[in-house]
Amino acid sequence: MGVGIEVQNLNAWYGSNHTLQDICLNISANQATALIGPSGCGKSTFVRCINRMHETNPIARVTGTVRIGDVDIYKDAKPVEIRRRVGMVFQRPNPFPTMSIYDNVAAGLKLNGYSNRRALDEIVEKSLRNSALWDEVKDDLRKKSGASLSGGQQQRLCIARALAVDPEVLLMDEPASALDPVSTSKIEDLIFQLKAQYTIVIVTHNMQQAARVAEQTGFFLNGRMVEFDTTHKIFTNPSDKRTEDYITGRFG
Amino acid sequence: MRSDLFPIRSRARKLTDYAVTSLAVLATLLVVAPLVGIFGYLVYKGASSLSLDFFLKGPKPVGESGGGMANAIAGSALVLGVASLIGIPLGIGGGIFLAEFGRGTKLATAVRFTADVLNGVPSIVMGLSIYALIVLPQKHFSAFAGGVALGIMMIPTVCRTSEEMLLMVPNAIREAALGIGVPNWRSVLSITLKTASPGIITGCMLAFARVAGETAPLLFTALGNSFWSTNLNEPIAALPLQIYVYALSPYDDWHRLAWAGALVLIILIVLAVSLVRFVTSRGVLKGAS
Ligand SMILES: Nc1ncnc2c1ncn2[C@@H]1O[C@H](COP(=O)(O)OP(=O)(O)OP(=O)(O)O)[C@@H](O)[C@H]1O
Ligand SMILES: [Mg+2]
Repeated sequence: MGVGIEVQNLNAWYGSNHTLQDICLNISANQATALIGPSGCGKSTFVRCINRMHETNPIARVTGTVRIGDVDIYKDAKPVEIRRRVGMVFQRPNPFPTMSIYDNVAAGLKLNGYSNRRALDEIVEKSLRNSALWDEVKDDLRKKSGASLSGGQQQRLCIARALAVDPEVLLMDEPASALDPVSTSKIEDLIFQLKAQYTIVIVTHNMQQAARVAEQTGFFLNGRMVEFDTTHKIFTNPSDKRTEDYITGRFG
Repeated sequence: MRSDLFPIRSRARKLTDYAVTSLAVLATLLVVAPLVGIFGYLVYKGASSLSLDFFLKGPKPVGESGGGMANAIAGSALVLGVASLIGIPLGIGGGIFLAEFGRGTKLATAVRFTADVLNGVPSIVMGLSIYALIVLPQKHFSAFAGGVALGIMMIPTVCRTSEEMLLMVPNAIREAALGIGVPNWRSVLSITLKTASPGIITGCMLAFARVAGETAPLLFTALGNSFWSTNLNEPIAALPLQIYVYALSPYDDWHRLAWAGALVLIILIVLAVSLVRFVTSRGVLKGAS
């Protein structure tokens, strides 16, 4: 089951650049939440704070509270545990170049000591089917390296890799930016399916996509969250002028 | 409007292209020429003395003709084995520390500086140091001491190339591993190191090939031995030592053997490097390049 996420007074820095300022929001369990906003406004930084990836950058700093379920992730848990519960698909596809397609998907489990061949086979197939990549790679799972796939295929491979460790929350940073319309709609279908099991946060520049998949939408601008509401409200009747300007294409 | 400009530009461009290509080819030839020259000369001088005996027999006493370098070949293999066992793990370990765990720390700066200084230490000084540190306390020369001297000489090269190669692994790969909940140490060993392995292996081979021909560090450590020995605790023969002794001798027969020894040394190094390349380019490490 997915779990809810509660963010309070989240601040994040890269060196002296105050990238996120006083972000507060509640993300509901088993829903998809879209984050929109112009380039450089802090969307990626925000999702990286939810699985404690932000702090892996030596110049980065973060303050505030993030609760996932009933765990205060910056107080009560180790980063490694959090990242296992909160999967992430990065903005740029990053498959492991030295590993086969199969090993890429199984990496999270294998590297954590999981070695049941049968179960691994099943998980790999299921994850690849879920990320709409199975049909394209099923014949050379072990022959081809992850890096030999096309950009869009690599992105779907990364989605499969994140799904394979069976997280409770899935953070997707523009998962469809390198995909053709068919794969994109497959990914969107996937998001619909996955809501039953996961809580999903999806960063997107595509308004239609946000409107199609997400129940809730947050609008970021210059490191602040300007408005957070149901997707319907954001796209039909936003309360903030800046949100309206952005979604009607007046800037950004 | 540009169409009249275009042909002229393109002719100039072609000329430049031609000039630069010729320079590159010339440079390549200049680099390759000494190599081919040296190898050709070795073959010319040494090939005639090569026989089965050379690989199967030890040296004959002065005055008797014939004999070979079997003991020196085995000795070199043993000493280099010890050296690799010391130099490669320590060097790679140091490289991992510099690139992954110690980034930006004072200790890393100190380690990097030490490695660079160590790289510049003349090999004869290395031999003397090991003489003082191991040979004197043990009161005897040994293959082991020779291996340690060469092993320490391998460390800086292996360490710095490993560091460079690890730093070339894109950060996105590290993030990918951390992002699926893999602990950092595991990610370093199973992912970053593996991604960098082709370059690291090249670094190890370079270091190996460099010390394989060293004579000076062995003079006061392995010493040399006219008899067959594979005992780590005894003085041992090594190809460079044997070549050195034979080349300085007044006998024509020994001079010829020295040439043959030099030829064999080079061929063995090339074989060892190719073998490692062959083995690592398939099997477990396949796809690593
Ligand atoms: N590794 C980094 N080091 C320093 N500053 C960074 C780094 N990553 C991001 N920033 C800065 O943080 C701010 C927010 O960046 P972020 O990547 O979160 O934007 P974004 O909303 O995801 O943009 P995009 O839509 O283009 O992906 C930007 O001003 C950027 O310059
Ligand atoms: Mg981004």
